[in-house]
Amino acid sequence: MIELIKEPWPWYIAGPLIALMMFLLLFFGKNFGLSSNLRTMCSIGGAGRFSEFFRFDWKSQIWNLILLSGVVLGGFIASEYMSSAAPMDLNSDIIIELQSLGIKNPGEQLLPEELFATDAIFSLRGMILLVGGGVLIGFGTRWAGGCTSGHAISGLSNLQLPSLIAVIGFFIGGITMTYFFLPIILSLK
Amino acid sequence: MRKIKFLFAGLLLGIIFTKSEVVSWYRIYEMFKFKSFHMFGIIGSAIITGIIIIQVIKKRRIKSINGTSILFTPKQITWKRYLFGGTIFGLGWAMTGACPGPIFTLVGNGYLSFLVVVFSALIGTFLYGYFIKKLPH
Repeated sequence: MIELIKEPWPWYIAGPLIALMMFLLLFFGKNFGLSSNLRTMCSIGGAGRFSEFFRFDWKSQIWNLILLSGVVLGGFIASEYMSSAAPMDLNSDIIIELQSLGIKNPGEQLLPEELFATDAIFSLRGMILLVGGGVLIGFGTRWAGGCTSGHAISGLSNLQLPSLIAVIGFFIGGITMTYFFLPIILSLK
Repeated sequence: MRKIKFLFAGLLLGIIFTKSEVVSWYRIYEMFKFKSFHMFGIIGSAIITGIIIIQVIKKRRIKSINGTSILFTPKQITWKRYLFGGTIFGLGWAMTGACPGPIFTLVGNGYLSFLVVVFSALIGTFLYGYFIKKLPH
């Protein structure tokens, strides 16, 4: 049993579990949406002085910050006590493609060392991916009013057309980045 | 400490995100290249399960733990903010390989570089709030 938990979890376990977490939050009288925590943090940091958007009753969102601290802690527990040393089961075309883009051992760890190890912060491509990616995530999710949890899971589960438009946007952006810009960014050192 | 239940819910989410490899840049790369079913399976089965759950909540009028009705607020009917904002988020999702939950989970996984992503995401959120009146919604 312990060994089974240490293996990567298949999609048909993970997907329904995420939906059950959404149900649990609804049952607790809340909504599943993680990106709104970024707005709350800005408000706590005093962003209300610059924009009305951050002047709201952020204390009503404390539950979501507590949830978020659990999301960090869960990551720690999973990597510390529940991980296996086996490489990821990636698509073989993708492995060859990424090697040609300069990633030596695709799938050996959860993330490519070359892009996301701590010292990559000080490389040009690391900086672009971490800072550029972060800013786009923060700006885009708030403009769209939600991220994968709020739109793709909660919104589509409630058959919301706006969420479908947002998810189509996620893929327009993601495909554009992956096909056209990532090869250029990865070629930088 | 009635709020402790949210800590446990978050903890489970962090474990699910890590063990299902949703936090992996590789899985997001594969998804946007349509080379693996994994991510589509996760999101798809979550939505199908979610649709069933929400239909049951509505039909059976299931109440929340506080005894109040579970209400669903419909999203405002417009398209610009969803399409443009969604596209901007998609660009960032493909760069970091992580969405707003997983950027925090990865910090817990020990990837300290994601502290830079979290901080940058806060700047991005701030910029949205600052320019909100100039953006189409």
